[in-house]
Amino acid sequence: MKKIEIEVNGKKVSKEIQDHTTLSGLLRDILNLTGTHIGCDTSQCGACVVHVDGKSIKSCTALAADLDGSKVTTIEGLASNGKLHPMQEAFKKMHGLQCGFCTPGMVMSAVDLLKNKKNPSDQEIRDWLEGNICRCTGYHNIVAAVKEAASKM
Amino acid sequence: MASLVGSRVERKEDKRFLTGKGRYTSDINIANQTYAIFIRSPHARAKIKKIDTSKALKSSGVVDILTGEHIAQDKIGGLIAGWAIRSEDGSEMKCPANPPLAKDSVNFVGDPVAVVFAETLDEARAAAELVKIDYKVLKAVSNLGEAMNSEAIHDGIDKNLCYDWLLGDRQKVKEAFEKADKIIKLDINNNRLIPNAMEPRACVIDYNTASEEITCYTTSQNPHLSRLIMSAFGGVAPENKLRVVAPDVGGGFGSKINLYNEEIVCSWASKKIERPIKWVAERTESFLTDTHGRDHITHAELAVTNDGKFLGFKNETIANLGAYARVFGTVTPTYLFGPCATGVYIMPAAYSNVKAVYTNTAPVDAYRGAGRPEATYTIERIVDKAAMELGMDPIEIRMKNFPTEFPFKQTLVHQIDSGDYVAGLNKAKEMADYDGFAARKKESESKGKLRGIGVTSYFEACGIAPSPVVMMLGCGVGLWESAEVRFNPTGQVTVYTGSHSHGQSHQTTFAQIAADELGVPIENIDVVHGDTDKGTFGMGTYGSRSLTVGGIAIVNACKKIVNKGKRIAAKMLEASPDEVDFKNGEFVVAKSNKKKTIGEVAFASYLPGVRDEVKSPLPEGDEPGLIESSFFDPANFSFPAGSHICEVEIDPETGRVKLDKYTAVDDFGTIVNPLIVEGQVHGGLAQGIGQALYENAEYDDSGQLITASYMDYTMPRADDLPDFNLGFTCTKATTNPLGVKGCGEAGTIAATPTVMNAVINALGGKEISLPATAEKVWKACKEMKKSNAKVA
Repeated sequence: MKKIEIEVNGKKVSKEIQDHTTLSGLLRDILNLTGTHIGCDTSQCGACVVHVDGKSIKSCTALAADLDGSKVTTIEGLASNGKLHPMQEAFKKMHGLQCGFCTPGMVMSAVDLLKNKKNPSDQEIRDWLEGNICRCTGYHNIVAAVKEAASKM
Repeated sequence: MASLVGSRVERKEDKRFLTGKGRYTSDINIANQTYAIFIRSPHARAKIKKIDTSKALKSSGVVDILTGEHIAQDKIGGLIAGWAIRSEDGSEMKCPANPPLAKDSVNFVGDPVAVVFAETLDEARAAAELVKIDYKVLKAVSNLGEAMNSEAIHDGIDKNLCYDWLLGDRQKVKEAFEKADKIIKLDINNNRLIPNAMEPRACVIDYNTASEEITCYTTSQNPHLSRLIMSAFGGVAPENKLRVVAPDVGGGFGSKINLYNEEIVCSWASKKIERPIKWVAERTESFLTDTHGRDHITHAELAVTNDGKFLGFKNETIANLGAYARVFGTVTPTYLFGPCATGVYIMPAAYSNVKAVYTNTAPVDAYRGAGRPEATYTIERIVDKAAMELGMDPIEIRMKNFPTEFPFKQTLVHQIDSGDYVAGLNKAKEMADYDGFAARKKESESKGKLRGIGVTSYFEACGIAPSPVVMMLGCGVGLWESAEVRFNPTGQVTVYTGSHSHGQSHQTTFAQIAADELGVPIENIDVVHGDTDKGTFGMGTYGSRSLTVGGIAIVNACKKIVNKGKRIAAKMLEASPDEVDFKNGEFVVAKSNKKKTIGEVAFASYLPGVRDEVKSPLPEGDEPGLIESSFFDPANFSFPAGSHICEVEIDPETGRVKLDKYTAVDDFGTIVNPLIVEGQVHGGLAQGIGQALYENAEYDDSGQLITASYMDYTMPRADDLPDFNLGFTCTKATTNPLGVKGCGEAGTIAATPTVMNAVINALGGKEISLPATAEKVWKACKEMKKSNAKVA
């Protein structure tokens, strides 16, 4: 067991956790932030992507114990004051989601892309999102949504 | 008010998904819940000699451990095949029992044998490791081609044969073939796929000891059907004591049609241990135990004249059912497959013969398209081969054999109500710049690359389906759909549908329809689905039926509301109902300015009286309230159709196939929401392309699934796919009032043959099996080089 203090979506959290608790486990099972999803057990699908200190990571393969003192942003923390983030708006406008299961990870990943690259090309978007699997959309509208968001940010 | 049908309305469901507020089964937790871990067979085929749970039962946190023995003691029934299929000789199909927990024998890797319930997931896992099971391992039957010559895996099922089915007329085909100038022959596979909805299966069960009601939250495409099967066949609880809720479901694609072992076992066990239970599949469990799709071996022959007219078609297929026959397992390779075998063409004679066999692999059932992709793949590949052998253009040979008059009686079963296949193919040809291909090929060749173009024209039979027809064919239930439309006294509307959305956007599309019918703003309409306690019985979502069946039930219920509203408005306005028109949400007396809004009428229907006077707005015979329901049973299937064209560029040095351009032109009749329909096509294409180039479920000789993770099973990713170029033509369906046809499966049906035809075109006609992986294509390129060198 280890005690960690982290900031999740702007709120300070102090928890005693087991050594093997993953960040996704902490978020979903302990903090009840179920917007972060688990779609596989091999760090392949990307449904669990969140931001740690501003960078996108797969939360299923990060140990919470290693993250003492970090700032975590999940899909629940992306909108501010009830206003959707431009990436969330763009996914809605371009129909970039269907069943919604991969969406939190996809959106968090895409937000990080635009931090690194203001106006990515189609190919750059597709390459960046290679670690996020979507079974519904065929990615077409996801790429369109990321471009739409880039044009608004 | 402008019509919403036809508008690109943004989805009502999106906000909750985009803010992390979706509520999927694995997000649900119930106070005092236990955690389930299923112990699964590591062997493809074995006898269970002994199960020893004594040590595990003493392990920390264990609540109980149950086995097939307990299931048998409590007389809990097993999983079932939903369709009874007869063989050509008239005999009934043969199905083995499929208990929820195996008692005597296991028949595929992943077959559940026991289940551990513990206070925490970690404790359940640890205890599961301590359960000792002695197996007598038997030789597995894992190869489809050899299954009929292998030892029977189920007692009493000779040759592992479930049925040997025929549709069509062998004699007529024989006569047609005798008249042929040329017979084109093709031996192909249709590889096994794993549906891979991104949300793994899960269930959370809550048994209420006071009401004795079981609530089962589950990842299902059809909660009502799951309840029916669990009650009627499982005997878990009577239907009135069983509530099945499928909340937000993260994709299905057919894999969540079936009621599974885990739902029956956990529902039964929750009552037994008087504790809530949570079970969530790991991805590998999903790979092993979700129903798989496709898996055919086919020999096909097409009889043609020298000028490219089709005379007859033979389709001889062996279909893999896996270890057990499940809900759509037996119908997928027969009535969903056989009738579509002749494709979109006039085919004077044809037959489809299917031998469905059992193997020691995961059960095979409906996967997006279900039977129609396999049929379309076969015919579209052989038509291309015919074009090549006759020296004809692939578009020319297709055009030559299209029907041009509708309704069109298709060779094997279907009466196709509407379509315009020529217009679709012409449009695709233009959008794809088919005529510019030669120049692009030259350019690719100048860079040392190969370029190929592929064409597919398809029709499919979906919107399943007319109950009298499907029940005549062996279906155990009718395939109607229900709806209930409730006007609240204060004017909002709740639409209950028996259909289920797991990505299909019912909350939006169905609200658009109701908004148009009732003249109520879409913001004031909620669509409720997925809960057997909310709304009437429903058959669920599969076979592109939500809109064409479920949507029409909503239309019909709305029409009943308007009719009752007219009678009430007439009385309120002191007119006769014949004089009242309904338009844009208002009841208006003809040639007057007297009117009532539908909201006012709804209000009056719930508060039928006034102060100081005995007076009701309700006509005699009408009851208070404004709630109507409808059960819609379609008169026919719906028949979407279209033509797709794609181009691939192959690097012969690596074998990598780059999908360069993809054009899809589809006819879905009336389109309610183009934004959503385009999304359905995109997603379908990705899955069809996945089959053609990447995805493959592979078992080794001992029956181990060697593609049981995303490290081994290649899912199409963002950088594997191009942007899609979509177009639409429209011939309205004549069999429903909206003129709509199903759109969910078309992309998957058409994409696989389109891509494979392009790959084979690039390889100069060299046959290659599904999927066209880089390794296979590289080998083919090397062989081409060798044979070209010889010719030179």
